[in-house]
Amino acid sequence: MMTNPTGRLTQGQFSFLPDLTDAEIALQIEYGLRRGYAWSVEYTDDPHPRNTYWEMYGIPMFDLKDAAGVMLELDACRKAFPDHYIRMVAFDATRGVESIAMSFIVNRPKREPGFQLERQEIGGRSMRYTIRGYAADAPEGERYREG
Amino acid sequence: MPTAPTYSIPGSTTAAPADAAPPRADTQPERTVAEVLARSNVQEVFEELERDLVGLAPVKQRIRDIAALLVIDKLRLNLGLEAQTPSLHMCFTGNPGTGKTTVALRMAQILHRLGYVRKGHLVAVTRDDLVGQYIGHTAPKTREVLKKAMGGVLFIDEAYYLYRPENERDYGQEAIEILLQVMENQRDDLVVILAGYKDRMDTFFRSNPGLSSRIAHHIDFPDYGHEELLEIGERMLSAMNYRFGPAAREAFAEYLERRRAQPHFANARSVRNALDRMRLRQASRLFTEPGRQLSRDDLTTIEPEDIRASRVFGGPGT
Repeated sequence: MMTNPTGRLTQGQFSFLPDLTDAEIALQIEYGLRRGYAWSVEYTDDPHPRNTYWEMYGIPMFDLKDAAGVMLELDACRKAFPDHYIRMVAFDATRGVESIAMSFIVNRPKREPGFQLERQEIGGRSMRYTIRGYAADAPEGERYREG
Repeated sequence: MPTAPTYSIPGSTTAAPADAAPPRADTQPERTVAEVLARSNVQEVFEELERDLVGLAPVKQRIRDIAALLVIDKLRLNLGLEAQTPSLHMCFTGNPGTGKTTVALRMAQILHRLGYVRKGHLVAVTRDDLVGQYIGHTAPKTREVLKKAMGGVLFIDEAYYLYRPENERDYGQEAIEILLQVMENQRDDLVVILAGYKDRMDTFFRSNPGLSSRIAHHIDFPDYGHEELLEIGERMLSAMNYRFGPAAREAFAEYLERRRAQPHFANARSVRNALDRMRLRQASRLFTEPGRQLSRDDLTTIEPEDIRASRVFGGPGT
């Protein structure tokens, strides 16, 4: 039985949908900017579900008015890390919220091998479970390489 | 095997997202100049321009020309006549206080109403905002400013400071290169306006021919005439709820005459500073009579002695 037949990483918004086009990404960014969010671009090649903090590409972009500025940064990040996971993160600085309001993946490696569920038998019939990315064996920067 | 999507993404409209830009896509496309003007409210900005800005006839004419081109381009586009987006980068040259910043602000509004910039905000910067202090500092700094200006107008005041020929290791050159690249590649996203004194801008462009050739509109702001300055002064006063008392207008005219002959005269800016000093003197004059009940007239009137106490009349004043 396959629980994730597409083999795609599903984290954040829109992750069960086909990849967003650039125009659709720009629309989402525009929506966030209208709500006063500060966008930032983050990337990683270790998309373990518990790896909450991805690497920041540049600093968060406050005081922007138009999506073109954010797209500029995203394009630069894609050029630098074509085979990494890249996500857009919108920070809502409203007092009392001060948290991430939106987050979605905008770039994926071509091949996503997924995660292994490891079972460990311990005392009695108890089980311990852990999740490990198949790609995580390779050192950082060499994961998700083609071929 | 691509199939038609059965999902819709929140935020995207029913129209194809790629051309989400055209507003009022439901209505008929415009066919006449009047229709474009009516829909874009650009006429209002023209009227404001005419009403609020004294003089500057050549500048206003040039703005009208640019707006006309944009309107016609829009009509052409409606009939399917593709034309490359006109290059709208501009250069404002003129002496200090001739209204370059004010006009840039209006320009942003006009371009926004005609739909050539999406947001219509103005980001005003100088060398300090673009150029960093150490190696590797300039590029991120310039890019950050550019990102903030996307969808609007980037106004670079005293742009010639970006290039310092006497120091070949100056980081200004790096800022200029990034600027050039964005001006060329993202014409739809950003309009850049450079401003500065005429002669220094000319030298600046001579040493940066790439920049000069990418700027389509060079607009020269003339100095104000005597009458125009007088009118500007009166408008500023009334905007601050003051007025000239009897003979004060003549005194002010005389003041301007003398002040213009002196060095460092900065047109409208000097007028505003002079008015501010007159308000100070008026306040001190009223201050010396603590027992007097002050009427509305007393509080709003600038008397000739407030003006004649100025240092330009040879007095010991400020």
